[in-house]
Amino acid sequence: MLTAGKLLLVLALLVAVYGAGASLVGARAGNRALTDSGRRAVYAMAVALVATFVLLESMFLRSDFSSYLVATHSSTTTPAFYRATAMWSSQEGSLLLWATLLSVWSSAVLYLSRNRMREIAPYATAVLCGFAVFFVGLLVLKETPFGATSPVPSEGTGLNPLLRHPSMMIHPPMLYSGYTLFAVPFAFAVGALVTRRLNADWIRSTRPFTLAAWLFLGIGIILGARWSYTELGWGGYWAWDPVENASLMPWLTGTAFLHSVMIQEKRGMLKVWNVSLVLATGVLAILGTFLVRSGILQSIHAFGASTLGGPFLVLIAVMILGSAALVVSRSADLRSDAKLDAIVSRESVFLLNNLVLVAMCVIVFWGTFFPLISEAITGEKASVGPPWFDRAIVPAALLLVLLTGLGPVLAWRRVTLANLRHQLVGPVVAGSVCLVALLGLGITAGTSVALFVVAAFSLTVIAQEFWRGTRARRAMADESPPTALLSLVRRNRRRYGGYLVHVGVITLFVGVAASSAFESSRYADLRPGQTAAIGGYDVTYVRPTSRVVAAPNGRLERIDLGAVLRVRKDGKGVTTLDTRRSYFPSADPSLGPVSRFFDGESTSEVGLKAGAFKDVWTVIAPSLAGLQPAIDKGDRVFDGPGARLPAAQRATLLAQALDGLAASYVRSPPPATFRLLISPLVTWIWLGALIVFAGGLVAMWPSPRAVHRMVSAGYAARVARELTKV
Amino acid sequence: MDPSRKRKIRLIVALGAVVVLATALVYTSFTASTEAKSPSQLLASAQAGKAYEVTGKVAAGSWTSRGTTNVFRVRDRNGRESVPIRYAGAVPDPFREGREIVVTVRKAGGTWVGERDTLVTKCPSKFQQKAPKT
Repeated sequence: MLTAGKLLLVLALLVAVYGAGASLVGARAGNRALTDSGRRAVYAMAVALVATFVLLESMFLRSDFSSYLVATHSSTTTPAFYRATAMWSSQEGSLLLWATLLSVWSSAVLYLSRNRMREIAPYATAVLCGFAVFFVGLLVLKETPFGATSPVPSEGTGLNPLLRHPSMMIHPPMLYSGYTLFAVPFAFAVGALVTRRLNADWIRSTRPFTLAAWLFLGIGIILGARWSYTELGWGGYWAWDPVENASLMPWLTGTAFLHSVMIQEKRGMLKVWNVSLVLATGVLAILGTFLVRSGILQSIHAFGASTLGGPFLVLIAVMILGSAALVVSRSADLRSDAKLDAIVSRESVFLLNNLVLVAMCVIVFWGTFFPLISEAITGEKASVGPPWFDRAIVPAALLLVLLTGLGPVLAWRRVTLANLRHQLVGPVVAGSVCLVALLGLGITAGTSVALFVVAAFSLTVIAQEFWRGTRARRAMADESPPTALLSLVRRNRRRYGGYLVHVGVITLFVGVAASSAFESSRYADLRPGQTAAIGGYDVTYVRPTSRVVAAPNGRLERIDLGAVLRVRKDGKGVTTLDTRRSYFPSADPSLGPVSRFFDGESTSEVGLKAGAFKDVWTVIAPSLAGLQPAIDKGDRVFDGPGARLPAAQRATLLAQALDGLAASYVRSPPPATFRLLISPLVTWIWLGALIVFAGGLVAMWPSPRAVHRMVSAGYAARVARELTKV
Repeated sequence: MDPSRKRKIRLIVALGAVVVLATALVYTSFTASTEAKSPSQLLASAQAGKAYEVTGKVAAGSWTSRGTTNVFRVRDRNGRESVPIRYAGAVPDPFREGREIVVTVRKAGGTWVGERDTLVTKCPSKFQQKAPKT
């Protein structure tokens, strides 16, 4: 199996090299057969990489510990659901996932565009193959996922318990899909620059992939935030960690690009800006991958033992220098077809929106790389923390939400005052009512109030757009309101899908603003029966809980020590929370037979009552002090006389001892430390993300006209082929 | 007004705004930053009361906790010199002796006091030492 995996990777590498070469030579020589062969090489590479992926996946699912990767990242007690995803918790497995996704998405875009962009596509194919050569090359030469163990262990180390969360199953594939899909517009932009075919055709053809990249990356980011909130035991969802920031940067520039291309499509403007944005997004996507694997910045998520920094730096340097050279050498071809007619116009708002998004990206970049920048300038390494990021980003986010509302009310080219007044009355009234209501409720936190007001303004603008569109549709087609609304969206998917995305983003921002500004948090040391007050709620530690959990194969998986808490507000019961700390056994042979169950990894299982307006959140940090004498005694017994018992009997007695320990924790519970949070509107963050996802799908779905265009292109290509045969 | 003159004025205003904002970004980042130090650098050149971000490994056998107060020593990643740290608040789940952590501290007498909610522990899945593969 291991040899087959290595051979498949070598095959994929050779095919990728061939694909790049054939596409380049074919494009230069105008040899169609060769460029087609290069494109088919991408399909073949995808088949080889998917086969490699399936092969390694099967080893994980079968717990085949002859594989070093499986032995160090999975175990027989790891639930099957998580064995299937343990692969990408490793450096090698995640690189394989990257390469596989890249090959699959590249195949999809090249297949769908096989009858279009004949001049650009071969160069794009060469670029995509170039990326594949890099990543598969790393897998073949530096980080093989098919290393062997010797001797083969009977049990693996297991997947890190912190990663055993459904979000973490989908989070990396989503992030990597985003990163790899951004390689598609990057590759086509390079092709367009090389061939000087710089109209909006390449943008239109790759638009679904750009949108998909943006959507996948966004989903990946939000799943990471959700995992952090519900699994990491600190109650936050964003910490401005370098690796988190690395995923945000391409998302920001990708968002800017999705907006500014509309100006190029409508007016033939901003060509240099657009091509620079898409190239920068491609570079930032690789930078994100580099940050996780280089160890140049302190991050809780970085692979510390990685040696891949050098190759990634070379790749990034090549991408930046190549992109800059192409843009500069094609500057004459990138001149705008039109000029900005008026400062107050939709183009201006789009441009301003782009500047704000790029400014946000620059802020995040600066803050992320500040340790290196400060060391280069002052000789002292220093870092900026979340408060700096918050202070710098919040004004930009406010402006962004305001522009989200202003964009739709302004006409292209020029705006008349009468029209502006007509469009703005409702939204300004809504914003004012919101302001008065907030002040009336005694909410005066400056930036949060400002955000709620501009959110009310922008949401009203969007509601107004839907209302007026539906009304016009009803007047034209005499349809019922729901039918008119559906036809309106169906006929203008990009526009109304975009509005839905805006609603989602605004909802998400409101959730972030409210939960950041109005969160109550405290630590409380409680014994059963004691109560702590927080944010108007009374939280009572009702009783301790404990459980020894066995895996399906009978081996002990973990020990849970927890608590049941009752939450009341104004004397009325609100909810009951169940939180626990799960202790997973360590594989460290130097630890005692009993203490290894408490000195391994542990994870917090959050007690959460999520509500539309407030979340009640808690985690427990149980004290093991009371159990320690019994644990030490157990170690002595099982290391002494117990060690001479037959293995099966020893395992049974050990299980009984652990059961006894768990029971004693419930019988005489020590005081436990609880972290308690009352967070308003956190649910709005996840709801906003769902709305963004729905809006993105609506915008991405091909319109009937686009399908017709694709079919026509296919038909035209077939006719052309037939004619050349005659 | 002459359109080209108008464009020039717009460009100058835009560039001026960029310069002002960039200056603000640079200024605030340097004034709000926390010096990052290793434990041995802290021992050599730290001032009382000033905040430092210390990175290192939790020294073996040094961690004790009572309620929400944790006391431990952080040593250099590849060395023996260490500083004692008192940290109030729950430690992250992956916090263990031997694990790499980052925490913001201030010197108070003979010990270092960690700022609440600044302690992060490096994800253990991501820094396993490479073992030789055959």
